[in-house]
Amino acid sequence: MSTAEEPTIQRRASRKSVAFTEEKLVVDADGSVTMISTPNDDSKDTAMSHSAPPADGVVEDGAAPAADSNPDGLDLSLLKKKKKKVKKEDGEGADAAPVADGEEAIDLSMKKKKKKKAPKEDDEFAKKLEALNLEGAEGAEAAAVDDTVQDGDMDKGTGIWAHDESRSINYDPLLSRFFALLAQKNPDHASTGTRSYKIPPPQCLREGNKKTIFANLPEICKRMKRADEHVTAYLFAELGTSGSVDGSRRLVIKGRFQQKQIENVLRTYIIEYVTCKTCRSPNTELSKGENRLYFITCNSCGSRRSVQAIKTGFSAQVGKRRKMKV
Amino acid sequence: MSGANEIQNLKSRDPFAEADEDSGQTIQTQEYIHIRIQQRNGRKTLTTVQGIPSKFDHKKILKVIKKEFACNGTIISDTDSKGMGEVIQLQGDHRIKIKDFLVDQETGLALDEKTIKIHGF
Repeated sequence: MSTAEEPTIQRRASRKSVAFTEEKLVVDADGSVTMISTPNDDSKDTAMSHSAPPADGVVEDGAAPAADSNPDGLDLSLLKKKKKKVKKEDGEGADAAPVADGEEAIDLSMKKKKKKKAPKEDDEFAKKLEALNLEGAEGAEAAAVDDTVQDGDMDKGTGIWAHDESRSINYDPLLSRFFALLAQKNPDHASTGTRSYKIPPPQCLREGNKKTIFANLPEICKRMKRADEHVTAYLFAELGTSGSVDGSRRLVIKGRFQQKQIENVLRTYIIEYVTCKTCRSPNTELSKGENRLYFITCNSCGSRRSVQAIKTGFSAQVGKRRKMKV
Repeated sequence: MSGANEIQNLKSRDPFAEADEDSGQTIQTQEYIHIRIQQRNGRKTLTTVQGIPSKFDHKKILKVIKKEFACNGTIISDTDSKGMGEVIQLQGDHRIKIKDFLVDQETGLALDEKTIKIHGF
């Protein structure tokens, strides 16, 4: 079937757990990529929501806590879920390709596993929190006398914030003041921190059986302000294949690749060759400096760094024909 | 004349290090271990590991890996043509596992994670 199901599934499973942080923290480039979800993803999402514990009713709810305690319970519930899911797919699975069903089922179960684990951790965390709270409460009682008086308007400089105030201020109000001031003095901070870098999702078509067409490469390159050739070279090096550009500037890649896989490669490309390492702005330029080195110059902070040239590295000979050639 | 030019050329090559300095990068000389994946026909893949330091016995590593990952593999040495040294090639996608193996302190090679680069999708 699809060429690299196994890797993608593994990858997905591992990525799902960190998906949030990745989206927020790393390039942000994936912002659009993940936000504009493929139809496939959509169906998955709906399926997820269908099989989520609240929607499923009593039986599922009974199974869920059990799963927390013993692995057998987990397995059972997983099986159940899988079945249920498939049924639902059949019912409403007009939009999902029949091919994708099996894969999705597996995927979902993995997601489920992750989900199952999460509450457990949450529980522990909650317990810890409670313990902490208890301790904190005891401590707070002692400090309660101070607590009650700790207020006042920090903008106006009244109450505890008054200049001639000699009492020591508690940590929490100090911290909140710090962040308030930080946001106040640097209004652009918050916006740059969360702004996501958006590129259109790669459009992948299959040409025949063994080739993939990457349709909107020029568009993406334009968005990233990089030469088509550079991106192409990187794609080929990372995917370990070769390919060509067709008449309408679409990229024809040898081998079967899914959109997800191309997305991953583009993401690493953006991390390596687009974002500024200093200020994480994607507003950079790639230029060939002296000594055949490539440099990235950031347009927003002015930093300049060298990047490694794209190296293909070792590639094994695949297929008989190429062996004949060499 | 030409000799002087050559020397100058050599000198202009030397600032390689200089270029590194002003960009604050010193890892130019660092040897990475590259883990790549390659598609074969169907849903089959190859994993290649390039650049394992020569202080390790590649044959032994391969033997252990083959047993642990339950896959076959070979060592490909094309030191002569492309200067890539010995490459361990495994059948199937073992990128994550092999990275864990390389990093593992007890049962693995205890290498630094920063020197490992995973390529591919």
